[in-house]
Amino acid sequence: MKKNIICIFSVLMVCTLISCEKKKEPASPDNNRLKVGLVFDVGGKGDKSFNDAAYKGLERAKNELGIEFEIIDPGDGSDRESALRRLSSRTDIGLIFGVGFIFTDDITRIAQEFTQKKFACVDYTITHGKEIPTNLLALEFKEDEGSFLVGAIAGLLTTTNIVGFLGGMESALIKKFESGYIQGVKYVNPGCKILTAYVSVTGEGFKNAPKAKEISLTQYSNGADIIYHASGLSGIGLFEAAKELNKLAIGVDLDQYTEAPGQVLTSMTKQVDEVIFQAVKDYKENEFNGGTKTLGLKEKGVDYVYDDNNKNLITEEIRTKIEIIREKIISGEIKIHTQ
Amino acid sequence: MEIISGILNIAFLAQVLRLFTPYYLGASAANFSERSGVVNIAIEGFMIISAVSFALITLSTGNVFFALFAAIVINLLFALLFAAFTVKLKVNMIVTGVGFNLLMAGLAKFLLVLIYQSSSNTPRYESLPTIPVINTIPVIGEVLGDYIIIFTFLLVIISNFILFKTKFGLRLRSAGENPEAGESLGIKIRNYRLYGTLICGFLSALGGIWFASTQNTFSDGMIAGRGYIALAAMIIGKWKPVNIFFACLMFAFFEALEFVLQISGTFIPSQFIQALPYIITILVLIGIIGKTKPPAADGIPY
Repeated sequence: MKKNIICIFSVLMVCTLISCEKKKEPASPDNNRLKVGLVFDVGGKGDKSFNDAAYKGLERAKNELGIEFEIIDPGDGSDRESALRRLSSRTDIGLIFGVGFIFTDDITRIAQEFTQKKFACVDYTITHGKEIPTNLLALEFKEDEGSFLVGAIAGLLTTTNIVGFLGGMESALIKKFESGYIQGVKYVNPGCKILTAYVSVTGEGFKNAPKAKEISLTQYSNGADIIYHASGLSGIGLFEAAKELNKLAIGVDLDQYTEAPGQVLTSMTKQVDEVIFQAVKDYKENEFNGGTKTLGLKEKGVDYVYDDNNKNLITEEIRTKIEIIREKIISGEIKIHTQ
Repeated sequence: MEIISGILNIAFLAQVLRLFTPYYLGASAANFSERSGVVNIAIEGFMIISAVSFALITLSTGNVFFALFAAIVINLLFALLFAAFTVKLKVNMIVTGVGFNLLMAGLAKFLLVLIYQSSSNTPRYESLPTIPVINTIPVIGEVLGDYIIIFTFLLVIISNFILFKTKFGLRLRSAGENPEAGESLGIKIRNYRLYGTLICGFLSALGGIWFASTQNTFSDGMIAGRGYIALAAMIIGKWKPVNIFFACLMFAFFEALEFVLQISGTFIPSQFIQALPYIITILVLIGIIGKTKPPAADGIPY
């Protein structure tokens, strides 16, 4: 008897759940508004770094271009492809973004399948000699150029002659940050020592803040006075460590000054928001073209933050030196080597 | 040379103690539960849920003490639920544990998105206060002045005393070793299994709270598998509080060593050092380094 009652109740509950499912919305008057989709990288929305920069671009497109967007925040790596596929198979979404180098293979494959849709991938790993689908816009940044500049700032400002680098996942992309940074430090201060460390060899390295904090504490206690990070969400661990020991840190992707006011020397910014906005705009004006695009200092794709907040740290003299270096990189006088 | 000077300093010691704390809290939590016969592999989940509740309650009330109290209560309620499944309804403990882990990790993220529209972290908040005066000692004061770290050290003695020197401990162990014999002597086995699970909930709550408090923010994935490492430490420690203490210390030491090796740029790959504790775990499991024997009735519903 008791079992029967439980059975009936379970069936009823399942029925309620099913009926709770979102009703199909009636065709809204805005039905003809453009809709774009975006899938986030490890760390997800709210990482105050890479993903938030992408979201900022979408928000701006929504406000200025009147588009609508839909975002998917995959929990773990394996959902990434299905998230892209889900957005691609929607009839109302015409443009799909993948944010992060992890998407490289998945988005290439899906772009070949859904030829009538447009795709864009930020931080796409461009392999030379390999064709990419014509409906895919592969965006790559010259992080090494931006990192070179912040490296030069760190090299000029260090008092202990030791600086640190903290990477998220040990991968080709983050190595690019590291090598640019090291070359920048060495360019202005050849005798400077660089303590390099990575949080992990997997994507988890972008979201393990406690471990990042411990690593930065080790770097600081071994003499480093400025640490530059390229580790996404893990970076908040670095800022915690910097606050605890009153040392300096360099942010990445977005201006991360608010993470630890007074402790953030500068940030190496990537104009992820700008390229996403631009891609949506081109798409809206029917000017979206596939292909590869590499953005460096020349295209203002990467830069460093210099504003009222860090004026007292970066003196006029240093600023001038850095600007000279910028010109030299753009003109090709300084060559940045890849590892 | 650099590596040696990197290890032989107080900052390194302080770091080992910080890394040790969550491991030992988690491992002791699991130990109490397994000693009573309940296998709880959801230590990770319990730590996540206490960390997220501490963070959310601190942010909404601004009172860290209340948050500490409430996060412990929330964890105890989950432990009660866990006991309801495994002790009362005799559901397979591993399956329940996996379910709890998935539920808790998902719930944490769900709450973040719901409240802060962010799938990765909460705003910043204040951490728990530290012991005055002691916390002003440079480098090591931060560790010695932390109430939870001090408690963790005392826990070695406390748990050893409770398990092996009290009537309660004897009965708890009988529930995990030979419940039939215990029952025949009038011990309410199920009650003791419930107590074991509740102590587990309390200790793992402290582990999660410690993380949320010292990081000043809750971020998704911050526990990062430490709950599972705690289980490994418990096995290496052969379910004995003192041995577990050294097992946790070993895990913490190798983790800290990995950082030193990385920044020293030595030829030894840091991944090798990273893997060392796990290799030791496997060696212990296959019986090369001493024999490990779990409580006889561990994981068998009664």
